[in-house]
Amino acid sequence: MPKKSRGVTSQRVSQITPSGIRRFFDLVASMEGVISLGVGEPDFATPWHIREAAIYSLEKGYTMYTSNLGMPELRRELSRHLKYKYGLDYDPATELLITIGVSEGLDLANRAILDPGDEVIMADPGYVSYSSCVVLAGGSPVMVPTYEKNNFELNADDIEKRITDKTKAILIGYPANPTGAVMSRDKLEKIAEVARRHKLTVISDEIYSSLVYGVEHTCAASLPRMKESTILLGGFSKAYAMTGWRIGYAAASKEIIGAMFKIHQYTIMCAPTMGQVAAIEALKSGDNSVNEMVADYNRRRLFMVKGLKKIGLPCFEPRGAFYAFPSIKSTGLSSEEFAEKLIREEKVAVVPGSAFGECGEGYIRCCYATSLADIEEALARMGRFVKRCKG
Amino acid sequence: MLKEILKILESDARTTPAKIATMTGKPAAEVNKAIKKAEKDGTILKYKTIVNWEKAGNEQVSALIEVRVAPQRDVGFDSLAERIYRFPEARSVYLLSGTYDLLVLVTAKTMQEAANFVTQKLALIEGVQGTTTHFLLKKYKEDGEILAGGEETKRQPVIL
Repeated sequence: MPKKSRGVTSQRVSQITPSGIRRFFDLVASMEGVISLGVGEPDFATPWHIREAAIYSLEKGYTMYTSNLGMPELRRELSRHLKYKYGLDYDPATELLITIGVSEGLDLANRAILDPGDEVIMADPGYVSYSSCVVLAGGSPVMVPTYEKNNFELNADDIEKRITDKTKAILIGYPANPTGAVMSRDKLEKIAEVARRHKLTVISDEIYSSLVYGVEHTCAASLPRMKESTILLGGFSKAYAMTGWRIGYAAASKEIIGAMFKIHQYTIMCAPTMGQVAAIEALKSGDNSVNEMVADYNRRRLFMVKGLKKIGLPCFEPRGAFYAFPSIKSTGLSSEEFAEKLIREEKVAVVPGSAFGECGEGYIRCCYATSLADIEEALARMGRFVKRCKG
Repeated sequence: MLKEILKILESDARTTPAKIATMTGKPAAEVNKAIKKAEKDGTILKYKTIVNWEKAGNEQVSALIEVRVAPQRDVGFDSLAERIYRFPEARSVYLLSGTYDLLVLVTAKTMQEAANFVTQKLALIEGVQGTTTHFLLKKYKEDGEILAGGEETKRQPVIL
């Protein structure tokens, strides 16, 4: 009997769909004079003192592998940082792992805790990698719709309704990409309560934790009796403008870090050495740079949100990250149509909200980590466009 | 709030009060009032432009002059400093700790003109005990701005 013909690529990979707006990316890349509000990273280069520390380390020959867990000094500094920021005690030897950005941390976390068919509950709209990482780990994402009228916050009751005997974890990511929403402490406490009651792990992506405006970020692991069951994922990319360095971390119980470490050891070896050196410098003396950048983002945030409202796009007040998520429903276009027509007609790139889930339909993501002059010009162009749409 | 306004103006003096109001989330009238008050009480001294004169084809020389002086009874260094800073050639004048007392930044059209100022004006002031003149060879950074131009960030246009 001939073998049943099988595809070259795995069934698991075929389950995840490539980003539906690939075509749109290519269009942006082929055009000149585009103002992009479609980015997801700071417009600052990494603060000089951090770059200088890394350059020095290269000159001194720090070019070898580090400990698989990450440089001991970096883990010690990180432990101190988490203690100072949230009052959390993580043992640098067993409860911290340096990863290649939160991206790797997310992948490791899912692979470390999921068995085939296990379910992970998460918000819609949400960051694009969340559901794909769960699928790649053999799990099954369960989406909880969130709405502008509820500040795009996950609601504990909505989560509880979706818990089955297959549910393994709740994945949260606040401050949120794409909405800029933050999670209030009492809402988070209710979710923690649900997680404890059903013995679920909480995976918390806190990459944007330093970028909050006039509110305080609550770390999921810092809530009562949550440290043991939370996988805290953080990184240096957004707060310290270090996206290209690819350095993040996971903080969790010895058992979970041990499991994540096994995968990391065999697939990654260790995070880039120069990036780790830079991260040590960032933790040691990066506070001033972060504060200055946050103050700057805040000015642009206020400018962007007011500007969007002025041109007739109602916008939910984003309190974190560097995204505004205005509603474009009044134009009668779908978010993908809006984004594509906008780039063709006015050369402004935004990301359609539908890329982040069904509940993102009717919205667009506008990043305000862009110069004020560009934001101003982009708003003027969008204003013309919206006016034409509404006829 | 004033500090926030001043920071914005310090990085771009041409930011309009309306724009500052948007960026700070404060009413425009309030911002206007604060700026007017700061202008009046001398918190805001002046609005100026940082020029790369070399690029403009206008050559000029600058010199930093260390000045050792004998402080005077009752008035200390202040009255001597005033004698110096009233000369328009002195662009900046500072009192310093360390091996000398005053640091004077002088700009002039030619090296001769700057030298003349030092030898014929500054050094002759009563109480000035000695001067050391350092001519500037190259300006890399002025008032926080890199003269060769800053760096361009090269971001991908769309990232999720």
